[in-house]
Parts: sequence; C-alpha cells; structure tokens
Amino acid sequence: MEELLKNYQTVQVQEVLNWVSVGNTVDFPENGGGCIKYKSKQVAVYYFKRTDSWYACQNLCPHKMEMVLSRGMIGDASGIPKVACPLHKKTFSLEDGGNLNGEEYRIATYPVKIEDGIVYIGFAD
Amino acid sequence: MQKIIIVGNGMVGYKFCEKLAAHPSRDQFEILVFGEEARPAYDRVHLSDYFSLKSDQPLLLAPRAWYEENNIQLRTSEMISEINSTSKLVLTHKGEAFHYDYLVLATGSSPFIPPMEGVSKPGVFIYRTIEDLEAIENYALKMKAEGKFKAAVLGGGLLGLEAANATKELGMETHVIEFAPRLMPRQLDQSASDLLKSKIEELGIKVHLGKNSKLITGKTSMTGIEFFNGECHTYDMLVISAGIRPRDELAVKAGLVTGSRGGVEVNNKMQTSDPAIYAIGEVALYNNGIYGLVAPGYEMATVALDQITGGNKLMSPSIDMSTKLKLVGTEVATFGDPFIEGEEVTAIRYENKQKGIYKRINITKDGSRLLGGILVGDASDYNSLFQLYLNAIKLPENVEDLILGARGGESGSFGSALDLPDSAQICSCESVSKGTICDALKSGACTNLKEVIKTTKASSCCGGCKPMVVDLVNETLKSMGQEVKETVCEHFHYSRQELYDLIKMNKIAGFDEVLDKHGNGHGCEICKPVMASIFASIFMETANRQVPIQDSNDRFLANIQRNGTYSVVPRVPGGEITPEKLVVLGKVAKKYDLYTKITGGQRIDLFGAQLHELPLIWNELIEAGFESGHAYGKSLRTVKSCVGSTWCRYGMHDSVSFAIRIEERYKGLRSPHKLKGGVSGCIRECAEARGKDFGIIAVEGGWNLYVCGNGGATPKHAVLLASQLDDETCIKYLDRFLMYYIRTAAPLMRTAPWLEKLDGGIAYLKQVVVDDSLGMGEELEREMEDLVSKYTCEWKEAIDNPEMMKRFKHFVNSDESDDQLVFVPMRDQKMPKPW
Ligand code: SRM
Ligand SMILES: Cc1cc2nc3c(=O)[nH]c(=O)nc-3n(C[C@H](O)[C@H](O)[C@H](O)COP(=O)(O)OP(=O)(O)OC[C@H]3O[C@@H](n4cnc5c(N)ncnc54)[C@H](O)[C@@H]3O)c2cc1C
Ligand code: SF4
Ligand code: FES
Repeated sequence: MEELLKNYQTVQVQEVLNWVSVGNTVDFPENGGGCIKYKSKQVAVYYFKRTDSWYACQNLCPHKMEMVLSRGMIGDASGIPKVACPLHKKTFSLEDGGNLNGEEYRIATYPVKIEDGIVYIGFAD
Repeated sequence: MQKIIIVGNGMVGYKFCEKLAAHPSRDQFEILVFGEEARPAYDRVHLSDYFSLKSDQPLLLAPRAWYEENNIQLRTSEMISEINSTSKLVLTHKGEAFHYDYLVLATGSSPFIPPMEGVSKPGVFIYRTIEDLEAIENYALKMKAEGKFKAAVLGGGLLGLEAANATKELGMETHVIEFAPRLMPRQLDQSASDLLKSKIEELGIKVHLGKNSKLITGKTSMTGIEFFNGECHTYDMLVISAGIRPRDELAVKAGLVTGSRGGVEVNNKMQTSDPAIYAIGEVALYNNGIYGLVAPGYEMATVALDQITGGNKLMSPSIDMSTKLKLVGTEVATFGDPFIEGEEVTAIRYENKQKGIYKRINITKDGSRLLGGILVGDASDYNSLFQLYLNAIKLPENVEDLILGARGGESGSFGSALDLPDSAQICSCESVSKGTICDALKSGACTNLKEVIKTTKASSCCGGCKPMVVDLVNETLKSMGQEVKETVCEHFHYSRQELYDLIKMNKIAGFDEVLDKHGNGHGCEICKPVMASIFASIFMETANRQVPIQDSNDRFLANIQRNGTYSVVPRVPGGEITPEKLVVLGKVAKKYDLYTKITGGQRIDLFGAQLHELPLIWNELIEAGFESGHAYGKSLRTVKSCVGSTWCRYGMHDSVSFAIRIEERYKGLRSPHKLKGGVSGCIRECAEARGKDFGIIAVEGGWNLYVCGNGGATPKHAVLLASQLDDETCIKYLDRFLMYYIRTAAPLMRTAPWLEKLDGGIAYLKQVVVDDSLGMGEELEREMEDLVSKYTCEWKEAIDNPEMMKRFKHFVNSDESDDQLVFVPMRDQKMPKPW
C-alpha cells in the first residue's frame, strides 16, 4: 500500500525534467477525466472547458488505494477545482492535492501544458 | 513559557486542546499530550458507527495533522505510569520523564467489571474503544462460522443497550441481562422501562431483568452464565457493560485525594488536591459525582483551561444530566429530575402502547414550572421541553398540551425558538446559548447554518440540538429579512423544484446553459447529477447525451465496485426469465469470468467487469434481447412480482403479467431517487410490494394500490392510495403519483420521506391523485405518456455509436487494461482482494 502511494509525488512546474506527451486534446473528455499511463504510474487528466484549464493528479485514491480518480466527477468548491472519487465521494483539490473534506488524505498533482493540440504532463523522472 | 501536560487523549482531553489552540494566550504555553490509545482522540459517543464505517477516519475528532499545525505535541500509544508531584514530573511506561508546570488528568474511565469468577475467559469483552469493537466483531464472526449465535450483554443501562444493538447488528441472537428490575434504572421509571423493553424485544433482543449473575462458565472459553437463583444459561460470548470506573490509578499512586468509590476529587476550578494538577472528564469527582456524559466533561475542560490561563470561570454548582439518545432504534430522552415525586410535584403521564410512546413530565403543583421528565418512543418534544425546564420558563395554561400536542386552538409549547431568552442554552455539549447563535448571524460573522455550526460549534457534537439550531438560524435570518430555502449546493441558489420549473419553462437545453443563466462556478458532484436527473425527467434524455454531468456510475452505465470494476445488471421485467436467456447470462458470465449472483430485486448481477469489457459484454447481451436494467441510475429499478394466479393456488389475479407491464412502462424513467415497485397476487404479499415505492396487491374486485414504502435503513410500509382498481385506473393513478413525485421531491429523496414532508400527507396525496383536486391529473398523465413513449435502451444507444464508446477505455494513451487489479478466489468464483 505505502509502496503504491510513494510512487506518486507532487511535481511543481519548476521541477519538471520530462514533459511527456500523452495524447491529443480531443482524446480527453470535456469537463471530465481520462487516465494515462506513464512508466508504472497511472495519472488522471481533467479538462475544465469553461476556463479552458487542464489538471493532472494520481489516479490512485488514497482512501482505499484504488485506481479510480480519473472516473470521478469534477467541479469546484468555492472556486477551487476539485475531483470527487467515484467510490466514496471524497473530494480533492486539483490545485494542491489537498483533501477538501478536512481529512488527512492528499493526492499528488502534476503540471499539464498544451502545445499544438497535444497534452503534455510534467514528470520529475 | 509554561508547560501543560495532558494525560489522556480522549474526548475531553481533546476538547481541552481544541479550546487551548484557539485561546488568545495560546503562545504562552507549550503543550504535550499523552494518549495510551494508538489513535488520536475519536468520537466515543458514536463509537458504534465504527461497525458500519469500517474506518476510524470519520470518527477522529481531529487528524494528526491538526495537532502538528497547532504545535501540540501528541504522543499516542504512550501511557503515563507515574506522577511525581513534588518535582512536577510524569513518567511514561517506557520510563521517560517529562516536566510540567500544569498537569491535566483526562484519563476517562474504564468499564466496571463485577468481581466474579470467569471474567477473564476468552469470549468476554468490554465496550469502550475501537479495539474492543474489533475484537467483538472478530469473535462474533468466528462464533457464527462455528454455528454459534448467542451473545449476552451484562448491563441494561445506556452503554449496555448500545452494545446489545451492536451484537444484534453483527447477526448474533442477543440477550440483555440486568440486575435491576428495569432497563436504564438511573434514567427511566417502570412504565418507561416496560415500553422500551417491549420495543427492544420486538427487534429480536431478549431482555432479562432482575437477574443476579454469579459466575461465568466455560473451560477454555466462556460458554454461559450461572445466576444466583440457580439458573444456568449458555451464551457464546459476553459483553460486560455494568457501569464505569474512573481511571484514577495514577492519582491514587501520587497521593491525590480520591473518592471512596473512585474518581479524583476536584473543586469548582477543576483543581485536585494538588493545585498544579487538574482533573477533567470522567475521571473527575465533582460534587461527589462522576458524570458519564460528554457535556459535563466539556464544561470541565473549559473551566480548567480558563483557570490555567488566569481566568475565573467556575463549574456550575449542579450538573445537568439531560440526554436524548436513540437506543436500538428507539428514541429515549430524560431531562431534569425524571423521578421526582412528593407533595409539591405533579407527574403527568401519557402512554400509548399501540404506538409505543411513553411521556412523563414532572411539574410543580401550581403548574408553573417544569422539573423534569422522560420520553420514550417519540422524543421530538425534547428540545422544547428541555428549554422550558432549563430556563425555568413559565408553563402555558394547558400543561398537558406539552406532551399531547395542542388539541384544537393554539399550539402547546412555546411558539417559536426566538421566544427563548438569549441566555437559553441550546447546545449543552458545547454550551452554546441562543444569544451566541443569533449574534453570529446578526453580526454578519455567519450567513448560513453551516457557518454557524462551524463558528459556534453548536450541534457539532451529539447533534441532539440540531433541529433547534436550524429553527433558530432560519428564524433569525427571516427576522433579518432574508429568505431561507433549501438550495441544491453552492453553485445554484435554487431548490430542485425551482430548477425543474426554470428548465422546463425556459426550455433550457443543457447544463452549461443553466449554469450560465442561473448558477455560478463549475458545478460539482452534487448539482450535476441533480441537473442530469431534471433533464432526464423533462426530456427523457438518456445518460449518453450530457455525459460530464452524470453521476460517476451513470457515466459508465454501470455500478462501480470496491476495486474499480463494474457490475452488469440486465433488466428482467417482473423477474420472469426464459431458460434461453438464463443460458445466455451464464455463457457471458463464464466467458468474461464474472462473479454471478441473484440480486434482492429478482434479477441477476454479474460482477467484476473491467471498463473496457462493458461494451463487449453488453453487445452480447443486447444481441440476446436484453436491455439495461438501470441498476446504476436514480431511476426505475425493478417491479418485483410473485407468481400469482397463473400457478399459485391462492392467486387472485395475474401478478406477473401486471408487474411486467408496469416495469415495461416505466423502464428508463429517471426520478429524484431510485424507484421500486412490486405486484402481489393476493394479500399474502409474497412480492413484498408494500416495501416498495409503489406496491400493488390483488384483492377481490381489482388491485389495491399502495405508495411510498421502502426497505433499506429506514423501512416504511407503503400506504393505501386507492382500492379495487382495474388495470387501467391503476396505471392512471400511478402515472399521476409518479409524475407528481418527480416534479416536487428534493434531490435523493425517496417517496416515503417525500410523503412525510408533503403538507397534508396521504390524505392530500389522495386528493391530488384520486380526486384530482389540483385539476392537473390529465397534465401529469400526458407528461408521463410523453416520457415513457421516448424510451430507448441507453446501452444499445451507446454501443451503436463509436463516439460514445470512447468512454470505455482505462487508458487514453494505451490499449492496456488496468494492471493493478487483484482478485482472490471466493467459493467457486472470485472477488476483489479485500481492502
Ligand atoms: C445487487 C443488490 C444486492 C444483492 O446482491 O441482492 C444491491 C446492491 C446495491 N444496492 Fe441495494 N441492492 C439490491 C437490492 C436492494 C433492495 C431489495 C429490493 O430492491 O427489493 C433494497 C431494499 C428495498 C428498497 O430500496 O427500498 C436495497 C436498498 C438499498 C439502499 C437503501 C435505499 C433506501 O432508500 O434506504 C441503497 C443506498 C441508496 O440507494 O442510497 C442501496 C444501494 C446499493 C448499491 C447501489 C450500493 C453502491 O452504491 O454500490 C449496491 C450496488 C450494486 C451493484 O453494483 O449492482 N440499496 N437494495 C440488489 C440489486 C437489486 C437489483 O436487481 O437491482
Ligand atoms: C459506546 C459509548 C456510547 C456513549 N454514548 C454517549 C452519548 O450518547 N452521550 C454522551 O454524552 N456520552 C456518551 N458516552 C460517554 C462519553 O464517550 C464519555 O463521557 C467521554 O468519552 C469521556 O471523555 P474522557 O476524555 O473523560 O474519557 P475518554 O474518552 O475515555 O478518554 C480517556 C483517554 O485517556 C487514556 N488514558 C487513560 N489513562 C491514561 C494514562 N495513564 N496515560 C495515557 N493515556 C491514558 C485512555 O486510553 C483514553 O483514550 C458514550 C460512551 C461509550 C463508550
Ligand atoms: S449490496 Fe446493499 S446492503 Fe449489501 S453491502 Fe452493498 S449497499 Fe449494503
Ligand atoms: S476509495 Fe476514493 S473515496 Fe473511498
């Protein structure tokens, strides 16, 4: 379990060593999430159409360690973009990965950039 | 800087930390907390919820990170074993010493174990910590596996009944054994106890009163109890809950003054005989009493903190032990002096055995003041009675109205929560007064209920005062000229019904448009599914049209399971299925290696399908003539049937045919919550139709139509809407009823709570549906006809459309499937690896 979690550490833009191309923007659902694979990681990618912004985080829900977050609903809480896990609806900030229900769980987030219609996720490995 | 050491990180010890963290002189203190338990403080009051929550997280009063953020050093799994008060040192069980300036003992209590033979045998438990619960659950599982089902609980007090409910929920045949001649002898009189006993026994718990146990029998583990009267009963496990014993062992060893029956003596500053040492919570002996409730403990924490930080708050001279609880599903409340009798007192009692209600109030002879009382079975009057008692408010003319309700004329108790004096204590756990709550709103610090609860902490503990707080907040907002209403969430300041009307009247086409016109932000997991449901209920659109706003199960047209795989539930109308179709289900299940089970809704569930397999599986099922069962949606589920007159010797009408007709009519219909129906062929009711949102039962001369029932956590029998109907009239009434519900119910509100909230109840519903009192009968029928005529199977729709199929892939950038799935064998099938 712990091992699984360790595989996911938040990456800040300035720490990115490797921008990985994960597909065309049109391959990802609007106002929803899709999951991509990079090495041994599963990363959830979300596109908020209204603000034309992209977010990425671990696909692993830290509550029960299941690979499900990309299938959660997205939205905002007081302006903070968030995802709700499809299993028990715990919600996480997509800005800093913090849990929005006041619990200890956190998720790792990754920077996303779009160039020429291609989605890139920033990794530090 | 001065150092405070707190021994014990339970509910009261935590409250002390919480108050200190927010205190203006916080920075003058260094805080170190020792807790013997492995986890940070948790909500013991809701301990029993642990069984259903399966996680300690929701019970924690604050996560570990909170202590860190507030610079409070918390050392769990460390016990203090000694106090050296001369050199102001405490010693941990590991032998480490720590210096304090102030020491706060918050060590709580432990269950009292009567001195009898056999209490240490395996199979004997106590009920105080999460570990106790885990041990009880494991043992019960083990017993059940050996075919042993009998559990006894020693003690019929509050905690004993709580424990009894737990063993019952674990599937054990439960026996409560109490020494006194009544249950909860310290709170209830004989009539109240009799009533509670019969209610508890109705639920299958057996109660044995006036029983004095002598010893626990058994060689390697406990096997029964022997009583002083010579009786001997076999039990497979035992939970002892015979009172509490303050954990004063540290204090005794340190030479502090303690009571003869336990407890560390404190004065009204919460100081022990050593002025640098304080004691709070269940370990403190104040006014010759130990108080086994959180509210007095919290007051003690507040007083002790105030004293240490230089204030002069004192503990109230008398401790109020009023409580409202739900025990084994029965409401029980007592306040003031429940038993008081004598020249100066009149007791008014009301008892209704049929309804299972007992109420007693004790008032002064002149009828002016309330001194105490007991409520069993219906404690809805508790808050107002408690306020009348606590604030010594002059009672109204017809005192009996207080418990009987006004019979004609004005209302019985006081009119509005706002009539209470400002000093009235509303939340006794957190001692929050009416003034504090109203001021929070009037000062502008808070604007709604949620903020008031967060800021004042009112109703954040046991929740008993919540209705009163809600009333106060609503009334205050109203008095400030603000309208109060049930809004969907932060993104829409409208109720579901208002949104339904707005969308319908303005012919709004989609979520983005509603958000632009009537909402704000992006929406969230609460409002999006509500909106999806409204669009479906107005335009019959399937979950494929606006995918992003569908709840996560509807998005994939399947129910997610604990490991992220999905279940497949095809519709089997009325539960009737041909052998050919059964074979197809079997073949598909085998091919995709799916766990197969008959559901409680008369159909077959195939579990363990991966996202990318869903379309493949459904393709085969649709080919064989199956359709979506909408098991994932807030929509029509099943219409259960019994075999009826075609085969059954008692059957009066053909219930299967009618069930199929009805299920076919309403399939795909989305609603505020799920909808279930049933049709029984005679009053023996084998289809359990009255446990459904609509139930139809064959009688002489037609069908009886019952509505608004459900199973689940709060079961309700459906009530009669109309009788002896022919097929067509029955469907007409159903159309009207369902459409009226769909239009007006709040999100996720099933028909039973909807009816409960409907002004006028079933009588009014009858007027609307049967007598057409609103003159909208035909309109409702037309709307329903329009919806059901547009039905399409959404799985078929999805499979036929390659664009829609893109959803069913685990990875966007790879065709691989999820490599993290692990299954384990389960009898002849498989299941996900447990969490
Ligand atoms: C599969 C099944 C259990 C079984 O193995 O028998 C089941 C399984 C679930 N039930 Fe149920 N219920 C099943 C019959 C029932 C019944 C019995 C019935 O329908 O006759 C009831 C009591 C009757 C009733 O609803 O009034 C029932 C009362 C609930 C409730 C409580 C509803 C309530 O109003 O209190 C929930 C929770 C909810 O809906 O909020 C629930 C929720 C669930 C969920 C959806 C929980 C979840 O979110 O994962 C389960 C998902 C199943 C899945 O993945 O397919 N299930 N559930 C049954 C499927 C029936 C079907 O063919 O569609
Ligand atoms: C099942 C159940 C239901 C209840 N229901 C209600 C209810 O409905 N309403 C109500 O008001 N009250 C209820 N109570 C009572 C309520 O939980 C207690 O009044 C409250 O927890 C007391 O708080 P406390 O901090 O004094 O003690 P506790 O919560 O017991 O905390 C004491 C802590 O100190 C630790 N400790 C003891 N000695 C040491 C030591 N030497 N070193 C380090 N740590 C030590 C203990 O391990 C424990 O964690 C219920 C209790 C139970 C068990
Ligand atoms: S199937 Fe229903 S009763 Fe069984 S565990 Fe799931 S929700 Fe609970
Ligand atoms: S697994 Fe994500 S919330 Fe429980």
